Amino acid sequence: MTDFVNAFRTAFELIVGLDPELVRIVTLSLQISLAAVLAATVIALPLGAAVALLRFPGRRAVVILLNAAMGLPPVVVGLVVYLLLSRAGPLGSFGLLFTPTAMIVAQCILVMPIIAALTRQTITDLHEEYDEYLRSVGAGPLRSIGTLIRDGRFRLLTAVLAGFGRAIAEVGAVLIVGGNIQNVTRVMTTTIALETSKGNLALALGLGLILIIVATTINGLAMAVGEAAESRHG
Amino acid sequence: MNRTLFVAAPILVLGLTLLPGLSGVRADEGAYITVASTTSTENSGLFGYLLPAFTEKTGIEVRVVAVGTGQAIRIAMNGDADVLFVHHRESEERFVDEGYGVKRYPVMHNDFVIVGPATDPAGIRGMEDAAAALAAIANADQPFASRADDSGTHKKEISLWAAADIDPTGASGSWYRETGSGMGATLNTASAMGAYALTDRGTWIKFGNKGDLQLLVEGDPRLFNPYGVILVSPDRFPHVKAREGQAFIDWLMSEQGQQRIAAYRIDGQPAFFPDAVP
Amino acid sequence: MAEVEGSLEPAGACPLLPLVTDGLCFTGGDRRLILDGVSFRLDDGFRTVILGPNGAGKSVLLRLCHGLLRPTAGQITWGGLSPAAAASRQGMVFQRPVLLRRSVRANIEHVLAIKGVRAGERGARVRAALERAGLARLADRPARMLSGGEQQRLSIARAWVMEPEVLLLDEPSSSLDPAATRAVEDLVREVAAGGARVIMTTHDIGQARRLADDVLFLHRGHLLEHSPASSFFAGPAHPAAARFIQGDLID
Repeated sequence: MTDFVNAFRTAFELIVGLDPELVRIVTLSLQISLAAVLAATVIALPLGAAVALLRFPGRRAVVILLNAAMGLPPVVVGLVVYLLLSRAGPLGSFGLLFTPTAMIVAQCILVMPIIAALTRQTITDLHEEYDEYLRSVGAGPLRSIGTLIRDGRFRLLTAVLAGFGRAIAEVGAVLIVGGNIQNVTRVMTTTIALETSKGNLALALGLGLILIIVATTINGLAMAVGEAAESRHG
Repeated sequence: MNRTLFVAAPILVLGLTLLPGLSGVRADEGAYITVASTTSTENSGLFGYLLPAFTEKTGIEVRVVAVGTGQAIRIAMNGDADVLFVHHRESEERFVDEGYGVKRYPVMHNDFVIVGPATDPAGIRGMEDAAAALAAIANADQPFASRADDSGTHKKEISLWAAADIDPTGASGSWYRETGSGMGATLNTASAMGAYALTDRGTWIKFGNKGDLQLLVEGDPRLFNPYGVILVSPDRFPHVKAREGQAFIDWLMSEQGQQRIAAYRIDGQPAFFPDAVP
Repeated sequence: MAEVEGSLEPAGACPLLPLVTDGLCFTGGDRRLILDGVSFRLDDGFRTVILGPNGAGKSVLLRLCHGLLRPTAGQITWGGLSPAAAASRQGMVFQRPVLLRRSVRANIEHVLAIKGVRAGERGARVRAALERAGLARLADRPARMLSGGEQQRLSIARAWVMEPEVLLLDEPSSSLDPAATRAVEDLVREVAAGGARVIMTTHDIGQARRLADDVLFLHRGHLLEHSPASSFFAGPAHPAAARFIQGDLID
């Protein structure tokens, strides 16, 4: 029990004291995950919409792949990105291994399928409802996609936030490709892993609490957005 | 309710967090080197003590990737680090011989100790022969937590078992527990199940979750743990920052660097001993 | 009307009517024959009601005419044009109103934007359309939060704002209470009085009596009767139609 008591006290002290190291780590975590989610969204929204709306050979396979990829094991993703970005790998010349960019790449790969699959679902549902209207008024494909994305924006935002939740809570991939370098690639989750390995369980748990607070806030935001949309637009 | 605001707010938040974010992420432009090293040097706090002095003097930032010795060597062999700083002499010499590194500098040493439950069911407390202590643990069928991760500590442990003429891997899963993890994680495991373990002294002193564990065996010359530092070969990997990397090595070997290593204390105890005092 | 040379119709535009169908068949997804050999001709100047019990194929017939579905066999022409070519000059109102998750105003603006109406012109047209539908005071409300009757009036206003030559309505008041139904019917009358040809489906005999100038009686995918409303309700030629308007259940 003392570990838990200490953890809460540690978390409280870190937060209240605005510990500069903690602030740096939390900021870096947010920056990396936001960048990853933004990049993933830029890919996933058109991809999800395309899979929802276009009929092309192999479409079913893409849907299955996207759904399966929602559960990609982070460690495997980390390893693959590691091998790609290593100087000995095909993308080695960019020298990206053990940089925040590598972590963004890994998180982006982890999160992209989640956002794409949820986008596909959202757009499919909405399209089913709007299809006859859009065809009736002669909306072209671009206008139709624009209408669906705009009217699905709250659910799409929820999808993006779901991706963000996964990105910020992930440890396996970013540890491998980032190297957990202090001040450079050390984020909340890798710090928790490190402090655990140093036997500083209270500090690790304290950081864990902060991570949970951040993740819960994001989830709460997602729910609030969803509910607001529901009550406004049905 | 203002709808524009409702939609714009999340986007604005996203943008505001991201803009400084991307610039921060790109702040790679300052001179820095990547050092592949071991958890013992990082987790013991030594780097946290040494590096600011070096950076202040030279303006070169040092980024430490702390993993097991075996993995650190593989990172360097892929050219993903500029400097290798580990503790397994044979592997280090092979690294240089095979052309991956320029030269091995003997920078410092510390020592390994055997820790175990305070009750010491195998009765090894105070033994001066580390191999005999391991044999006693094996004969008593008492749990032993092994790194089993190809680290320098793990390599040392294997050599001690060999000296005791015991192959513990046959008992893997019974009294011999292979964690496949770093030093800290292995100590956590040992602490939780009352097992013996081999650890470097620095990590042990700094370890925060000792629980029932105590230091039982130390002082055997075979527990000597030398660290070497090697510049990754710029001939083999043209992108290696040879000048900055060599500057780091030169500083470590200099009087200032050596004094600083000697001055480092964990809980008032010296943890590393310089080997290159000029 | 546009048979007169040099009329005010825009260049190239020909009248959409008559609507002519010939041997129209439609097979559903489960291979069930939904429409079987439907042929008729609708000329200008009427409110036509496609009447029949549920499952007669009324909605499918309307969708075929609007080009949302393709016939399995047979022909549809609107003044010689294919349904797809004619669709842009028609408005369509669905049984369950398809409203965007936006404000009432934005729903009207959406269709104006699609039809290429300049942004500067849209405001006035939105106001006029909402005024006509009695929805002006609800302009800023989320469309899907309106009552069922208001939603259906909004979809009629949205179909009407483009001043279509033909307005197609699929059971527009099937789930509305009498007051809302009356409001919708009034709006339909107004649309027709404004010059649009109205073609609507209903299974409600009372509604057909109130609105129809002529009646297409559809039963189990067959067009059983096409007569002026007065003669249809005075004495339908087909026995099934006779039983239907007496209120019998027919199947």
